[in-house]
Amino acid sequence: MRSNPADYELVAPGSLQAVVSLLAERPGEWLPIAGGTDVMVQYAAGNLPARKLVSLWNLPELRSIETSESEVRVGAGCTYTDLREHLVVEREFPLLAKAARWTGGIANQNRGTLGGNIANASPAADSLPALLVYEAELVLVSARGERRVPYLDFHTGYRKTRLASDELIRAVCLARRFADYFSYARKVGARNAQAISKICIAGLGEMAGGRIEDVRIAVGSVAPTPLRLQQTERILQGKPVDAVLILKACEIARGEIRPIDDIRSTAAYRSAVVGNLVAEFLHGLRDSGRSA
Amino acid sequence: MSVPRKEGLDKVTGRAQYIDDMSLPGTLYGGTVRSSIPRGRIRKVTFLPGIPWDEFVVVTAKDIPGKNCVALIVDDQPCLADGWVNHPEEPVLLLAHADRRLVPQAVQSVKIEYDLLPPLFSIEESERQQEIIWGTDNIFKTYLVEKGNVDEVWAKADFIVEGEYRTGAQEQLYIETNGVMACFDRNRGITVWGSLQCPYYVHKALMKLCALPEDQVRVLQTETGGAFGGKEEYPSMIAGHAALLAMKSGRPVKIVYDRMEDMVATTKRHPSRTRHRTAVTREGKILGGEIEFVIEGGAYATLSSVVLSRGTIHAGGPYFWPSVRIRGKAVATNAPPHGAFRGFGAPQSLFAMERHMDRIAARLGMSAVEIRRRNFLKTGQTTTTAQTIAEPIDLDRLLQRALSLADYEAKKERFRSHNLSSSAKKGIGVAAFLHGAGFTGSGERYLASLVGVEGCADGRVRVLVSSTEFGQGTKTVLCQIAAETLGLSYQDVEIAQPDTEAVPNSGPTVASRTVMVVGKLVQAAALGLRYTLMGAGLLGERHSREEFCQACARYSAEHGRFKSWARYDPPSGIFWDEERYRGEAYAAYAWAVYVAEVTVDLTTYSVTVDDFVALQEVGRVLHPVLARGQITGGVAQGIGYALYEKVLWREGRMLNGQMTNYIMPTSADLPPIRVYFEELGNVHGAFGAKGIGELPIDGPAPAVVNAVGDALGTGFDSLPLLPEDIFQGMSSGAATGADSDAVRGLR
Amino acid sequence: MNTPRARCEISFTVNDEHRTVLAFPMERLLDVLRERLGLTGTKEGCGEGECGSCAVLMNGALVNSCLVPVLQAQEAKIVTIEGLGQQCRFPALQQCFLECGGAQCGICTPGMILAAWHLLNQNPQPDLEEIREALAGNLCRCTGYVQIWEAVAEAAVRGNRG
Repeated sequence: MRSNPADYELVAPGSLQAVVSLLAERPGEWLPIAGGTDVMVQYAAGNLPARKLVSLWNLPELRSIETSESEVRVGAGCTYTDLREHLVVEREFPLLAKAARWTGGIANQNRGTLGGNIANASPAADSLPALLVYEAELVLVSARGERRVPYLDFHTGYRKTRLASDELIRAVCLARRFADYFSYARKVGARNAQAISKICIAGLGEMAGGRIEDVRIAVGSVAPTPLRLQQTERILQGKPVDAVLILKACEIARGEIRPIDDIRSTAAYRSAVVGNLVAEFLHGLRDSGRSA
Repeated sequence: MSVPRKEGLDKVTGRAQYIDDMSLPGTLYGGTVRSSIPRGRIRKVTFLPGIPWDEFVVVTAKDIPGKNCVALIVDDQPCLADGWVNHPEEPVLLLAHADRRLVPQAVQSVKIEYDLLPPLFSIEESERQQEIIWGTDNIFKTYLVEKGNVDEVWAKADFIVEGEYRTGAQEQLYIETNGVMACFDRNRGITVWGSLQCPYYVHKALMKLCALPEDQVRVLQTETGGAFGGKEEYPSMIAGHAALLAMKSGRPVKIVYDRMEDMVATTKRHPSRTRHRTAVTREGKILGGEIEFVIEGGAYATLSSVVLSRGTIHAGGPYFWPSVRIRGKAVATNAPPHGAFRGFGAPQSLFAMERHMDRIAARLGMSAVEIRRRNFLKTGQTTTTAQTIAEPIDLDRLLQRALSLADYEAKKERFRSHNLSSSAKKGIGVAAFLHGAGFTGSGERYLASLVGVEGCADGRVRVLVSSTEFGQGTKTVLCQIAAETLGLSYQDVEIAQPDTEAVPNSGPTVASRTVMVVGKLVQAAALGLRYTLMGAGLLGERHSREEFCQACARYSAEHGRFKSWARYDPPSGIFWDEERYRGEAYAAYAWAVYVAEVTVDLTTYSVTVDDFVALQEVGRVLHPVLARGQITGGVAQGIGYALYEKVLWREGRMLNGQMTNYIMPTSADLPPIRVYFEELGNVHGAFGAKGIGELPIDGPAPAVVNAVGDALGTGFDSLPLLPEDIFQGMSSGAATGADSDAVRGLR
Repeated sequence: MNTPRARCEISFTVNDEHRTVLAFPMERLLDVLRERLGLTGTKEGCGEGECGSCAVLMNGALVNSCLVPVLQAQEAKIVTIEGLGQQCRFPALQQCFLECGGAQCGICTPGMILAAWHLLNQNPQPDLEEIREALAGNLCRCTGYVQIWEAVAEAAVRGNRG
């Protein structure tokens, strides 16, 4: 443990209102900490420059999942366990439920939060590709009020987001329109559990009359941010799925991503595997169309 | 019999006391300032502002009362760098303070400036000798094993098969990091408690470092949370550091490494490069060959010569070599010194041997099973060091049984057709191997282990050994042995905490020697106790448990506590020629055949081990639950060595010194490993037992890599074998490793 | 140097006992348990939330205490290995670890037993896959896990019997 607790301040104002006021008072001075599964690791390694932290843990305003007819609103303070155990999330947003199950072991799932995962903005975060394909919208809150932004362009660069220095993620909204979609997700890590992803992929699709009616593919760990493969989606839209199309899609996908060599893996491996996973997704999508 | 672990209740209730669970009043916490460069001269040390330095105890090489070394074999390793550093993370300076949380910051606030010298980072760079970083030629040690007439076999060969095999470093990754506590008293000297395997190694090292006589150094082992060799020699270093701080401050000092420091600064398994060149007949018989086995030792000699020894002796595997030349070499590099890790050279050279057998099989168009069958050692034949195998081991039958347990033939068939149409390729692979128990050659004679058994006033008996418990069951089995010998129940026997003040030197807890060698001495010492009581007329030829306890209590009431000693007596007929490296290298070998079944997912190139059969002949199984636990644990580490555990280096420093990035298998990664035993007995071991601690880590890596080769039709010759390596190997379309084939004319 | 921050009073229940400590809010729950309350059964293996040796139950949920700032444990109900004996549903769990060889060096054992206990409370009759998943966040270097799974399975059998 390389940090000295005596050098750090942590406050728990106890309500969203109070936290937001604090952030407004001194924008950028207080680092929000929810379940701590990212922040506390940096802290223990002696790599946490922020000296003042404000706790979001267990704030009632952030830790609920509300369902209406048209959308599911997941509080940003919901843990992965909360996500896993919610019937509607499991049934209608299986990619998110799966990602929750894949993020660390049980102990870390009990503490890691969806909001934390998004705000931390690691390109390797497991839940982010799912949010991209579900086209989530984020509710951001500050003393200035609330705003709702599409998640699609929330990440602006490596570990950078559109979150203002006085803002928090309050909720993640998911439109309830994907229950009948074919869904596909895979995480490729160094081992089957407790692994940071080398590649993760989420795919959603719908076939109609033997053609792709709607398709969404997102990948993580292969670019500075999690990525929707929009070019790949464009060439797939409206087409029948055959071997030629699959090959073409894989090629475009490999061209869209920006994998690197890092401590976990290599660019060449990541590129090849993304191609393989896109192909696997498309095969599954095609088969779903046949059986429909 | 599977009696409950002696210290088990404490472990499952959280009461067991590991070093960091203990403290003394007034304890200071120590930290180590380490080199940030691989090689150079220390030019300047600056204590940066912002730390209350006047509150700190600071120790440098100048404070060392005795010799500045970590005494082991060659004594070349400084305890604290004095002017020069030879590897990243080399300890330079020690700090201590009462506030544990202040120490890491203080360590970061010592700035050292260096004049850099050109470093060496690989076996090849070391061999090129453009820089000499150790001795006169960068070579710690060489061995030459020769048998028969190798130079004549090439002309007679139908095939000459060559291969080069490499293994990477492996971190022991005991879940409890290294830790010690030391205190110093002018009258009593130094006392050290710690997480360690060999209290007497530490004792010897502290005597030299602190210039104290034998009775002024006391070392005690605390409950140790895993060791695997990683706490064989390293504790002498950390104990020396704590002792120096304790001497300077007059306060107790505790040093406990965090995970990153432990991973980057302490020992790892030696990386290796093995080259085989083998002359084979078309019938698959090995005529002879040359083996070059090289290990990378890091910056100081530590135990490299002994690791080299074991690896060299095991390099020929469980096969009959009519002629062979094995050259072993340990070379220096500017990395933190590598050291002991379960297997100790054998996993490296046996990986090469077993991969090479599959290569030979492929070249000859013969099955992996058949090539082994045709070359197995048989009773009456001699090993590479000309040791005659006297016991009735039937490796062919062992192989047969392993294959049958693994359903090998049927699976091979099934996989062949399955693989035609699936992107999840299945394969099955075999490894056959052996492991010599106890110290090599004259090692046990040199150790001259001493064991005591004590009779107590309450009629119970206490075992006195320096052998340590770190999960493998030392306490349990040694108590069982004493109980069995004396006709007592397990509860009647206890075992003293390893404390150099209270127990004799029964040798280090390494080399798979504890049950076999030390256990046999416990037997002898226990018998001695019985003879004492018989001699005093208190016990007859036959006695019940109650009678023994009564006799013991009576004798002890009259004479006080009494002890019986047994010292290692080298068995007759065991001769080892240290010069020519020939003869009986080990008193006993355990034998094994392992079979691994894998799936390689070609979408992600990941390998999953679906099934694993571990069959071994081990003399006698004294405690089925513990024995099985040793095998499953060793296999798990072997699978990690094969598929998951990679040390990433940059300029001699480990880059991935965190559990997040150094990958060991979880519950979700391993199959239910299946364990089976055979028992041939062993005259040299307690109740016929052979050593089994290291055996199970020798076989999994080649079995798994052979299975991957079977699945993909492409061989791989390096460890670890990551998905990235499989992808690379398949893209380039060729197996890695030197691979030439000189086909001679028909005979 | 930063100006020293203030300690604050943090109250919580540990093993059914109400405790109050004066601590820096960013002290790790792990360190408070071990160093302030003398509950050394909870271990540090990695400090990164990877090995699970520091696992405790916080309000019934398994968490890695090395990742919990003690302030976030305010008013929480904590159970450590020392307190497990008092839980009645699966008293056989520790006994099964003993009998089946689930503990070798013992350092991962407290966290492993807590993870197993957490599983059995939610799923009293887990199959092997469920046991493996539940324990995937607890690293063991000694056993290769096999005898741990057997201990948990045996505890499930005994717990459901009695």
